[in-house]
Amino acid sequence: MDNLFFNEEHTMLVKMVRNFANSEIAPIVQDMDKKGKIPKEIISQMAELGLMGIPISKEYGGAGMDTVAYAAAVMEIAKVDASVAITMAAHTSLGSLPIAIAGTDEQKKKYLPRLASGEILGAFGLTEPSAGSDAGSTKTTAELDGDEYVINGGKIFITNSSIAGLLTITTNIIEHGENKGIGALIVETDNPGLKIGPKEKKMGWRASDTRQLFFENMRVPKENLLGQPTEGFKTFLKTLTGGRISLAALSCGTAEGAYQKALQYSTERKAFGKEIHKFQAIGFKLADMATEIEAAKLLTFHAAWMKDQGRDVTKQAAMAKLFASETAMRVTTEAIQIHGGYGYVKEYDVERFFRDAKILEIGEGTSEIQRIIISRELIKTFSKVA
Amino acid sequence: MNICVLIKQVPGSEAQFNVSGDGSWIQETELPYEMNESDNYALEEALQIREQKGAGEVVIVSLGPDRCQKVIREALAKGADRAIHINADAPYNTDPYSIASALANAVKDERFDLVLSGLQSDDLGFGQTGVILGEMLGMTTATLVVGTEVQEGKIKVKRELEAGWFQWQTMDLPASLAIQSGLNTPRYPSLKGIMTAKKKEIKKLNFVDICNVDELQSFAGLSVQHAEKQTEMIEGNIDQIVNRLVDVFKNEIRIN
Ligand SMILES: Cc1cc2nc3c(=O)[nH]c(=O)nc-3n(C[C@H](O)[C@H](O)[C@H](O)COP(=O)(O)OP(=O)(O)OC[C@H]3O[C@@H](n4cnc5c(N)ncnc54)[C@H](O)[C@@H]3O)c2cc1C
Repeated sequence: MDNLFFNEEHTMLVKMVRNFANSEIAPIVQDMDKKGKIPKEIISQMAELGLMGIPISKEYGGAGMDTVAYAAAVMEIAKVDASVAITMAAHTSLGSLPIAIAGTDEQKKKYLPRLASGEILGAFGLTEPSAGSDAGSTKTTAELDGDEYVINGGKIFITNSSIAGLLTITTNIIEHGENKGIGALIVETDNPGLKIGPKEKKMGWRASDTRQLFFENMRVPKENLLGQPTEGFKTFLKTLTGGRISLAALSCGTAEGAYQKALQYSTERKAFGKEIHKFQAIGFKLADMATEIEAAKLLTFHAAWMKDQGRDVTKQAAMAKLFASETAMRVTTEAIQIHGGYGYVKEYDVERFFRDAKILEIGEGTSEIQRIIISRELIKTFSKVA
Repeated sequence: MNICVLIKQVPGSEAQFNVSGDGSWIQETELPYEMNESDNYALEEALQIREQKGAGEVVIVSLGPDRCQKVIREALAKGADRAIHINADAPYNTDPYSIASALANAVKDERFDLVLSGLQSDDLGFGQTGVILGEMLGMTTATLVVGTEVQEGKIKVKRELEAGWFQWQTMDLPASLAIQSGLNTPRYPSLKGIMTAKKKEIKKLNFVDICNVDELQSFAGLSVQHAEKQTEMIEGNIDQIVNRLVDVFKNEIRIN
């Protein structure tokens, strides 16, 4: 098999996704980056192939594949385009999995088949203007009024927000005047109380849809509460741990995509009478890039594999996300260096890979937050031993 | 409509070849193997015909060593119903006649309306297997097929001729058609297909058990030709130089 973690199906999946990404996505990547939009057909083609519900169980119309498969698919798409990869990953990890993990039977039956088939896209809103890393500072409120919650507040930087049919948001749950703590609510995006802001003008991930959301007396049925507030929120945040694995996979893909371009270029570009890879300074860069990518992939697939074994992956997922995202930043920087001036212009794709890399160190928990999580886990296990 | 698709596993187009130590074959380890390109189009054509007809089976037949399972699974993942794998170990038989006879024995009890094969294999490129097999099974045959249209008991095929010309030809079923690449857009296997491929039947046969004819041609050996630059300085008087030049043009470079 291709690696320690792949079975025959994983290998077939990777081959299919790679072919799909190279044939259908690669030719339009620069255009998507320029226009800031992914054509609908790309998403519907992916849906038809089953890529919008990889880890969702077959019972709810997903492929019922494991985290290793899901990470491998995200990685393959990210080798070609990060915006398409994050659209799929945000839909799956953030838009669909919380419902699969924390949802009631009714919620699962009602929403998962539509999400897993790609009929609608999912999005997830946690970040607020004054609550990013500090998710506990969430200001949005949902007050129980009869059979409905009335929601006021807003979210910022929400991926897929204008193309999603379903949104999961975090909010303070207030019942009979008492704040029960932060909980999550499922919101259908045709809700008249939902206002969606203009597209953010971003450095990278330009074709991915990122917007601000405003809730003005947005009424949502009581049964849309996802898990219970306070205790439920903790469990809910845990489901996000899995999301870090997909971000790690996206980072590996971004790094590898840029590295492959640099490797190729180093065999074509000549200076001082030889191909530039023959200069040790360039050859060593390539060696470091390839080695770090290999390490990032091993961390990522190992975390995915552990998750599939049902183990706690708080530390492993944070390590994978931290190392892979920082690898992506280093590798895309060097990929431009290897291209020289050509790397700085849009015609050569490494410029885009570089812009797409930076967000990886920020989204779904900044590098600083990952280090906090890892160090906490280290101390936790240390005191257990002592 | 029951359709047989012949699928061969060949080295991928990016493969770097090295001749094996004894010069009898190529070194196989680490070579990337793929589904033969035109076979992939033949498979797609079969799947589309079955979808149009709404009934029938698409059966993959592949001859080769164990590694062929990979392309067989890929074909099953794309939607073929079952497969027959004729196991053949190295040293490989490369004679289209004996290969076709093994294929004919493998499928003689099946009732195929159509046998689709790729126009030729990307490794050896004889381009004969589908036609010989068709003859052995008493089918009508056509090569260079770039379009199909199934009719009642017949099939209308579009064939590619020279210089941009095409020919439509109506043939009786059952028929064996050798398919040219590019006539359709091969699908990607869906995740559902990938997950169900494992459960589909692959019947296994041994080449030695079902090949009952002698090889008509065999493989003598492989070698890599090295192009060498040779510079000849022509000396002498003008007449001698001109005569030698004319001789080179006529007899060595062969300019007429
Ligand atoms: C393109 C894009 C897409 C996004 N998609 C989504 C989405 O779909 N859903 C969603 O909910 N959010 C989304 N986000 C938001 C993203 O998750 C947050 O931006 C991120 O979590 C950081 O929060 P912040 O921006 O408020 O930064 P802050 O939390 O304000 O952090 C600022 C800096 O302070 C550091 N810092 C903060 N706290 C600490 C600490 N305790 N110790 C040390 N350093 C600290 C941070 O690491 C960072 O360097 C997206 C953002 C972007 C840019």
